[in-house]
Amino acid sequence: MKAEFTAEELDFQSEVKTFLNDEFPAEYREKVDANVRLNKDELVNWQKILFKKGWAAPSWPKEYGGTGWSQVQKYIFATEMGLIGAPEPIPFGMKMVAPIIMAYGNDEQKARFLPDILESNVWWCQGYSEPNSGSDLASLKTSAVRDGDHYIVNGAKTWNTYGQYADWIFCLVRTETTAKKQEGISFLLIDMHSPGISLKPIVLIDGHPEVNEIFFDDVRVPAENLIGEENKGWTYAKVLLTHERTGISGVPRGKKRLSSLKRIARETDDGFGSSMMENDAFKNKIAALEIDLEAIEYAELRTLASVSAGKAPGPESSILKIVGTELAQRIDEAFVELAAYHCLPFVPDQFEDGFQGDYISPGTSASAALTYFNNRKATIYGGSNEIQRNIICKAVLGL
Amino acid sequence: MDFSYSEVQQMLQDSVKKFVSKNYDFDTRSKIIESDSGYSEENWKLFAELGWLTVPFSEEDGGLGGSAVDLMVMMEEFGKANLVEPYLPSVVLCGCLISELATGEVKEQMLGKLVGGDLQLALAASETGSRFNSSKVATTAKSNGNSIVINGRKIAVLNGSNANELLVVARESGGEVDADGISVFLVNPDTPGVTVRSFTNIDGQKSSEIDFTDVTVAASARLGEQGKALMAIEKVIDKAIIAVSAEAVGVLETLLQKTVEYSKTRKQFGTVIGTFQALQHRMADMFIECQLARSIVVMAAMKLDGSAGQTEKTKAVSAAKSRVGKAIRKVSQEAVQIHGGIGVTNELDVGHYFKRATALEIMFGNTDYHIERFASL
Repeated sequence: MKAEFTAEELDFQSEVKTFLNDEFPAEYREKVDANVRLNKDELVNWQKILFKKGWAAPSWPKEYGGTGWSQVQKYIFATEMGLIGAPEPIPFGMKMVAPIIMAYGNDEQKARFLPDILESNVWWCQGYSEPNSGSDLASLKTSAVRDGDHYIVNGAKTWNTYGQYADWIFCLVRTETTAKKQEGISFLLIDMHSPGISLKPIVLIDGHPEVNEIFFDDVRVPAENLIGEENKGWTYAKVLLTHERTGISGVPRGKKRLSSLKRIARETDDGFGSSMMENDAFKNKIAALEIDLEAIEYAELRTLASVSAGKAPGPESSILKIVGTELAQRIDEAFVELAAYHCLPFVPDQFEDGFQGDYISPGTSASAALTYFNNRKATIYGGSNEIQRNIICKAVLGL
Repeated sequence: MDFSYSEVQQMLQDSVKKFVSKNYDFDTRSKIIESDSGYSEENWKLFAELGWLTVPFSEEDGGLGGSAVDLMVMMEEFGKANLVEPYLPSVVLCGCLISELATGEVKEQMLGKLVGGDLQLALAASETGSRFNSSKVATTAKSNGNSIVINGRKIAVLNGSNANELLVVARESGGEVDADGISVFLVNPDTPGVTVRSFTNIDGQKSSEIDFTDVTVAASARLGEQGKALMAIEKVIDKAIIAVSAEAVGVLETLLQKTVEYSKTRKQFGTVIGTFQALQHRMADMFIECQLARSIVVMAAMKLDGSAGQTEKTKAVSAAKSRVGKAIRKVSQEAVQIHGGIGVTNELDVGHYFKRATALEIMFGNTDYHIERFASL
């Protein structure tokens, strides 16, 4: 057993550190530290900086312009990005649709879509969930009916993160009503500028319209936008779900947040003349979070090692999703407890781009409740934690 | 042993229930929050007519009797409606503080106007560094002949933007955490040197940060004896804790009920999700938490009304707030989780109950704070 990096890996780590220190724009870092969302232009610009360095797609194979990194290199890169607060690639293009195009798309589709994803010229969004198909995704009803060279798409998708920015959407659509619901689903790429598509923002309880409902009303989609075979979409989507599971535990981000939690605790009066870092209950709470984070980090490293050794990532990804999201939510709670009265004001504008005016509450304290509210989604999305537990029961415990 | 409501309490509960079912659906509440004042003046007048504004006061002060159990009965119903009218800041906090500290004509006139629905009040007590400790007061009040000069910043002043008068907690002498030296002053918000910055809280209630810069008031603006207000403040906060804990019980029971209802209608995998045992047991746990929360609030309210000593009363209050806080976490988070994506949206009422529950957990001391206070007594 050995948990240290090799000399080459350590060199790589310092190269990444240097690059991020030099190239991640200082104004972005300030925004991230102030809990202000980066806007679309900033996210795209950061992707383009990574692209220039050749680091836009750590998980892609070299032939498509990826880095060809080892699992450990990918891990180091994701860790350093998280520690500095640099946003990860917008996942919808890079991590979600691109691997499917690579695996099941034809050469024409690869040439047409992959370079723009790599260069971040095109923003993608995901069209999976529907109002009546959440955890039971395979029950989806949005239909695609073949009409000559086109499909006619009708239905509604929901929870489309940043659909308002998107140029393209990848969708699971029903092309056949069969006895087995998984069997009539196809994987279709749709231009968001097509006539018949409309978008309704959904405001979340933190006040941010982060997600959308997207309606398809007789949308004509060229049949050439079908990925792979008709009615095989579910198989493709399932493969995607076990893809790209490293980094999902959010350990680097957790570490960064715990260090700011400690810093703020040292600066926060406990009301009796000491700091909250000297408050036993709070100090112990932070310690417990740190300990859990360490356990998760080593669980992730062990997964990484087995993937590096050629084993397919299996239910480990479900474990990491569950523990990573639940720990992140406990960190959210600790920020709320620390902020106390300072997080009661509902002033989301303070954490939006270009806010000018008097700030209510000191530092980032007013964002604590907003983050707590927003991040309740983490145990719901990406296959809810209930679904992940089902996977563990079935795949590991044989229940 | 008898835990049933008195006739008066039953009438009080019925009257709030009737009002809520007639006048306070989710859309109406949302519109009220969007209005400038953030509460409905029409509703406030009605509260006065129905006698609700008299509940926390003794009969000699023109009130219903001032029992904590009465207050509990009413606040629980407010919680079920997620009511945003400023009952807690105006009536419970300020009204009770006036009743404790003020005397003679000032008391009679202010309480008279308050219960008549003609006065809005706000308590400016919390500060940036005070957290939950009422004796940590950095705002100063210096005597200057026949007048008092106040300097300092107050945060979390509920109803600050609507208040006709502010009750300002300030220190006249002693160190920053001394029990002695704290007084309460009546300050008109239009007085030069008062700067009010107002906003809406996470739960839709109006609140303010208020700066006092060389604010000069007459010495007669002091309520009660010079530097001796802390005991009254703590007594009032204990009562307010019963109020918010009871409100939380209403919020949580509503979340439970809405979650169970949803689980009976939301279909996934060909059946309603309420048939999944993984969810059933969690809803059973939510129910248990609601029962424990209700029980401990009943205990604390009865103790506050009874003849127990002050330490025992304070302990009971901390027990209630900390235990209810624990229930808030569990029940409100599970309610959102079981609802799934729709639970984190602005369009469903569940998210708004969740946010109110979160605010109630913080107010007047969170779970850890009250466990510590309980242990220290």
